Amino acid sequence: MPSDISPPFAAPTAEPASTLRLQFRRFRKNRLAMASVYLLTLIVLMCFFGPMFFPFTGEDADFDNIGAPVNLFSIHPFGTDDYGRDLFIRVLEGGQVSLTIGFLGALVAGGIGVLYGAAAGYVGGRLDGFMMRLVEVLYGFPYVILVILLSLLFGGGTVSLFAAIVFTLWLTPAVIVRAQAQSLAQREFIQAARAGGMTGGRIVLQHIVPNCVSVVIVYGSLLVPEVILSESFLSFLGIGVKEPQASWGNLIQVGTSAMSTDLRLLLLPGGLLATVLFCLNFIADGLRDAFDPNDR
Amino acid sequence: MSLLEARNLGVGYTIPGAGLFGAPRHLPIVHEVSLSLQPGRTLGVVGESGCGKSTLGRALLQLIPSSAGQVFWQGQDMAKIPNLRRRRSEMQIIFQDPIAALDPRMTLGKIVSRPLATFEPELSKAAARARAVEALQQVGLSADFADRYPHELSGGQAQRVGIARAIVGRPKMIICDEPVSALDVSIQAQVINLLMDLQESMGLALVFISHNLAVVRHISHEVMVMCLGRVVEKAPRSEFYARPLHPYSKALMDAVPEPDPRREKGRVGTALPGELPSVLNPPKGCVFATRCPLAAEMCHNSRPLLREVAPERHVACHFVEGA
Repeated sequence: MPSDISPPFAAPTAEPASTLRLQFRRFRKNRLAMASVYLLTLIVLMCFFGPMFFPFTGEDADFDNIGAPVNLFSIHPFGTDDYGRDLFIRVLEGGQVSLTIGFLGALVAGGIGVLYGAAAGYVGGRLDGFMMRLVEVLYGFPYVILVILLSLLFGGGTVSLFAAIVFTLWLTPAVIVRAQAQSLAQREFIQAARAGGMTGGRIVLQHIVPNCVSVVIVYGSLLVPEVILSESFLSFLGIGVKEPQASWGNLIQVGTSAMSTDLRLLLLPGGLLATVLFCLNFIADGLRDAFDPNDR
Repeated sequence: MSLLEARNLGVGYTIPGAGLFGAPRHLPIVHEVSLSLQPGRTLGVVGESGCGKSTLGRALLQLIPSSAGQVFWQGQDMAKIPNLRRRRSEMQIIFQDPIAALDPRMTLGKIVSRPLATFEPELSKAAARARAVEALQQVGLSADFADRYPHELSGGQAQRVGIARAIVGRPKMIICDEPVSALDVSIQAQVINLLMDLQESMGLALVFISHNLAVVRHISHEVMVMCLGRVVEKAPRSEFYARPLHPYSKALMDAVPEPDPRREKGRVGTALPGELPSVLNPPKGCVFATRCPLAAEMCHNSRPLLREVAPERHVACHFVEGA
């Protein structure tokens, strides 16, 4: 029953749009970032579906063509390695491993970090202090030693690599989100939520976390290349993904040892890794520009 | 039985101690506040910035813990109500900054219907939305606002949404924490009248916190004046405005600008001399003594108690005689 002094307002005529949608609209105008999205999608599709079009896998040795050179019209377009395995397929399969670890690792590490940071920032006080000191202690842990310890624990290979990556990379998102959550916790809509009878857990999940989304998307997009890079780095050192399973890291490692005689073993996985990292960084850049509340 | 009653309520915050290892200190904000509110009535709480009005409002809902005294809701000690969370539908709050009070990631329909998910979990999503739309219409917003986002609103519209969220659970009382001070004057009147209409149709009790004496006069049945966390005067509305008794109330009243510019020009300076004492180091005597034109020796040394000087009129001042 609106009274006569408060006439019903008509809603604005423009399409209703959440800030998130507006931000993505802005992102779509960034040509470099959008080109990176398309290129990255292409690479991902190639890595996951490319090998299906070949009659052999990356582990099948072709003894008739050992160390075959690049010949785009042969059955091995980029040649084979010293064991006669098709290099192109190896790189694509390595890409599957690297990309999966990259995205999954960023997702898991980001997820843990966001929840941890949001809870610490919202609760505040002594618990927050304790949770953040724990993060600082973990920050102080030497990364490579941790990976070696974990690979002893899990018997090496992809699982321990993944665990080590997640274990070290969830810390930074936790700190970033905690700062965000702390300032959100003071906002009046959080008070309103408490007056509305919501429990702390629900407030964190339904109000704090969604409001950290822009920070998380930007930081998460930087996290993916970081994970891919550390996977490659660890595999390069030989404590990550183990032969015969391929990953970009150990392919590059094989490539460097053959660098003086046969550059393509290094260039193909290295080039693809570099391209993916470039794309991810351009996307992250574009997201940051689109989500930055300071230039609107 | 009063709807809401506070007895000697004290509220404070814990602040970090001095230095790195200093023990946390307790910073008292509100001291010994007692009040009672009847259903359907409005209590106006006035005072300058930083006097603890908003803190009191939040403590009355036990959104922040009180450090002394008790709050009774319909005769029950709120600290002992089991599952107070679920009974919060009966007591709601609206805020000073109407935009900040709305989650920017949610549609208005979601914001308004969200409390129902807690208070009436048996309600289906569609029914909750229907209730939200109904509440939006009650505050004068059309149904298509339900799909809008807070950043598309003006301040007055946002405050209406805040009110809609408060009334959707059919409360008995709303704490209004400076609900109009962030709004344009023309919008202020609309929101105040909306609150009064809702009060009448829903039988709401209001605690109306404001520093604007004119607005409080319009809406309140009873007025309570706070200074530095203490109640210095409490009186029925008309008596208070006809003749404020405490020197602080008089100073507040004098500070209201005169709408007629010719008369405003001739008005004597109303700024209070003296300094506002620090909350960290409150005065031993009367909280107003450092700025009071009447202050004498005893005002600095002994604190005047809130006493009844006339029927229903309470004042905390050594110099006010029975009227």
